[in-house]
Amino acid sequence: MARRRTALALALVLVATATACGSDDPLTHPWRPGGAGTPVPATRTAPPGDATGALAGAGASSQESAMQAWIAGFQAANPGATVSYDPIGSGGGRTQFLEGAVDLAGTDTPLDADELAAARARCAPGEVVELPLYASPIAVVLRLEGIERLALSPATLAGVFAGTVTRWDAPEIAADNPGVALPDLPITPVHRSDESGTTETFTAYLAGAAPAAWPFAPSGTWPLAGGQSAQGTSGVVQTVADGEGTIGYADASKAGGLGTVALRMGDAAVPASPEAAAALVAASPVVPDRGPTSLVLELDRAAADGYPLVLVSYVLACTAYDDAATTDLVAAFLAYVASEAGQEAAAQAAGVAPLAPGLRARVLDAVARVGERT
Amino acid sequence: MSAVAGRGAAQGVAGGATTTLRRTRRADLGGRAFRGLAVGSGALILAMLAAVAGFLLLEAAPALTASPAELAALSWMPDDGSLWRYVGPLAFGTVLAAVLALGLAVPVSVGIALFISHYAPRRLADVLGSLVDLLAAIPSVVYGLWGALWLAPRLQGPWAWLADHLGFVPLFAGPASTPPRVMATVGVVLAVMVLPIVTAVSREVFLATPRLHEEAALALGATRWEMVRMAVLPFGRSGVVSAAMLGLGRALGETMAVLMILGPGLTYSLALLQVGRHQTIAANVALQFPEANALGVSALIATGLVLFVITLAVNSAARWVVARRAVGGAR
Amino acid sequence: MAATPGLAEAAGRAVAPVRPGPTTWELLTRPDRRRRAVDRAMRVVVTGAFAVAMVPLVSLVWIVVARGAERLSPYFLAVSMRGVHGGMDAGGIHHAIVGTLLVTGAAALVAVPVGVLAAVHLVEYGRGPLARAVTFFVDVMTGIPSIVAGLFAYALFALLLGPGVRMGAVGAVALAVLMIPVVVRSTEEMLRLVPHELREAALALGVPHWRMVVKVVLRTAAGGIVTGVMLAVARVVGETAPLLVTVGVVDSINRDLFEGRMMTLPVFIFRQYSQGLVPCRPDQLDCVPTVNLDRAWAAALVLVVLVLLLNLLARLVARRFAPAAGR
Repeated sequence: MARRRTALALALVLVATATACGSDDPLTHPWRPGGAGTPVPATRTAPPGDATGALAGAGASSQESAMQAWIAGFQAANPGATVSYDPIGSGGGRTQFLEGAVDLAGTDTPLDADELAAARARCAPGEVVELPLYASPIAVVLRLEGIERLALSPATLAGVFAGTVTRWDAPEIAADNPGVALPDLPITPVHRSDESGTTETFTAYLAGAAPAAWPFAPSGTWPLAGGQSAQGTSGVVQTVADGEGTIGYADASKAGGLGTVALRMGDAAVPASPEAAAALVAASPVVPDRGPTSLVLELDRAAADGYPLVLVSYVLACTAYDDAATTDLVAAFLAYVASEAGQEAAAQAAGVAPLAPGLRARVLDAVARVGERT
Repeated sequence: MSAVAGRGAAQGVAGGATTTLRRTRRADLGGRAFRGLAVGSGALILAMLAAVAGFLLLEAAPALTASPAELAALSWMPDDGSLWRYVGPLAFGTVLAAVLALGLAVPVSVGIALFISHYAPRRLADVLGSLVDLLAAIPSVVYGLWGALWLAPRLQGPWAWLADHLGFVPLFAGPASTPPRVMATVGVVLAVMVLPIVTAVSREVFLATPRLHEEAALALGATRWEMVRMAVLPFGRSGVVSAAMLGLGRALGETMAVLMILGPGLTYSLALLQVGRHQTIAANVALQFPEANALGVSALIATGLVLFVITLAVNSAARWVVARRAVGGAR
Repeated sequence: MAATPGLAEAAGRAVAPVRPGPTTWELLTRPDRRRRAVDRAMRVVVTGAFAVAMVPLVSLVWIVVARGAERLSPYFLAVSMRGVHGGMDAGGIHHAIVGTLLVTGAAALVAVPVGVLAAVHLVEYGRGPLARAVTFFVDVMTGIPSIVAGLFAYALFALLLGPGVRMGAVGAVALAVLMIPVVVRSTEEMLRLVPHELREAALALGVPHWRMVVKVVLRTAAGGIVTGVMLAVARVVGETAPLLVTVGVVDSINRDLFEGRMMTLPVFIFRQYSQGLVPCRPDQLDCVPTVNLDRAWAAALVLVVLVLLLNLLARLVARRFAPAAGR
């Protein structure tokens, strides 16, 4: 009996301590292995502030890594503030933002006309803020023994993913890669099984650059039936890494140790890189007539000399919220994200392409309008 | 659980019985209150279910009443916008996964349960019983993690062998896909997942077999297996069926493990070793939900309704089997 | 057929010209040989089934323990993920442990009494239309996909408190919806196993029906009921999808069930798994490529240990209430 009571009491004490004493400061916690580490370098955090309260965001999973870096940098400078970001997907993020469930949203596709009207109603009397804060190259990754870099023309790439080019030693691939010993292996293309902005970007590129080899309309869902597929960027990367002779497409920052494909345009082969992606973003005009705070890019993949496979993801917000504290918090957070420190943090964490100077000025201008009393 | 323990309880209340008799009125009040609580709980469950069902129907209504053209605008719908043509392969995949998992798990589970209850030495049996209970308590997300990261890569060889040597059987038609993100892998992981559950409940039921039945069988000269077949299995049959139903519930509705492992596709293929052929309803909801717009969510909830109906049909069938056996069989 | 020795002998004897008939000794032993063989074969089959099943299960436990122990430390249990991102070799799961304990605990608090009482209703009072309806609808409830339960709870609270409500209590309601049918079905099964003689003995002694139920039926079945409840808890403690919809994710500690988002262990495991490998640049010193997967395994280990502790606790409680141990 006594032993049983002791055990019960012990369990209760365990639960109590487990829930009662915990630290929200993992970086400088004394128990941290290797000693209490240094916090995030000041060049990447927001300027010290006294913002307090909770800010809720949700949306595209593509932005998750960058958002985590931004949240960390912002919270480090504002210990009283808690920012959360649910990576539930673009559609969910937009819906929740329109419902007023979250203050911020991330989305891979800009608001359409209906959604823009709903968003204006949600933000009234403020404006809708739509900022292209996340631009990241999408890499075509492959796992092929002994091959780390391959060049493919858009038509060959489309053929590989459409299933018309089925072996690695096919003449089309050999023609793009003179001098490379290609193995006699079947090609296993891997696509995203969930609807995603990455798939939409990829199919839009194929449809634009190789319409003969890729007769499908751009879509967030993979247009072909069957074949290897996986959920999410990391699922695709994992599947490509688990197989042999596999090829897939994923956010370049997650490509890790896999081989990548350089896209052959004319004589040049352009590999995926943040700089090449930035060049494309810089060359893309902003869609007019959406208001000064809504900066939606018209991506011009054909014209740019940059890397054409770029995913641009937007951050949605309002210039004013019902609650002044939320407005201030959003203003402070967005100012940090658009600042050099914020862009540096995202580049470090997620390989995000830096904002081009021209676009940056417009973004900063839009951010400055948040919280501005009109 | 045993009759000995029960006898102790009966003696326990015998002491208090006389005092209770004297206070019939109060006891009656307690009785009514207790009965009221029990009835109230039942009613609460009904109310809860009515709320869930009402919510489901309400949410699914836009998709059920939408025109095919509207539905076809959803990127993952078939081109003709037919909800039925979309749900069909999903329902097929769901049932296939569950049947595969139960087909693998139930015979093995009954074997384990019998081993623990009637074959293993008692000391060992106690340890094993606790072990199985522990395994049954491992959350499915952990099985998913294990299946996706550890088991799946290791099944490549066996699946290739099956496709090479038994490829003439439609189930094992090759070529086996690499990496093996296929239905066969999902079936194995789900089987491993439901195994401890079915075992835990079956063992409990087998242990509850009346001692007298077992001893009578043994006294008549039955071997241990005959005793099991004549006394234990008939007694435990309904328990095993309901254990299997518990497992089936988990297998039918399992989301994360399927999501993490299966490379989905919408066909009626039986080829378990080929990727991009199957998908289950629950995993599909979780997969497409994040990017779905309002109509998309509604269509996904409509597929959820179908899962609902499937589970209900299977459960009712099982109830019916148990009831029929109970009338005509051992009792 | 012919391989069975007993049958072969019998067949041989049938064509022999003289049929002396089996002796009594033969009658007693011959069928026995076959029966013994079957008995031995079944023993092998049953033991074999056990051995085969242990392979994946033991490997699962081994992998979770081996991979999970790498990152598990007091530090990992004591801190949250606030401020941790990328490949940083830091961060812990305190916020997720708190969330899982609170949300699952609240769900069990609702589901166990309702489920057990409903089962009592079915077994002890259930003859009427209500009982039939409850039986039927409990079956229906087992078929609710977990994400649908999450959506239901979300919609319910959105209706009551406005859209976008994210808090632990919503998740607890979703989990309770999933738990109740499991509790009812397993409890019902266990109550039905209580021998009728016990009930009759108690009633014959003049014990009121409800006291008989509480003191005899429930106590006799306590062990089985606890097993069922543990199964139900185990089913919901690993639920990810409904919690993602209702409770959300956050990287700081939140101890309030009724205010703000919470992290829970299964969601944490799934999120870390989804983030996958971190590409580290060579100049980054504080970067571990596999840190997300390591955290997922360690959190899985913690979740398993947590369930194990709950299990042990439940056993202690059950033994306290079980009749035989009381004296």
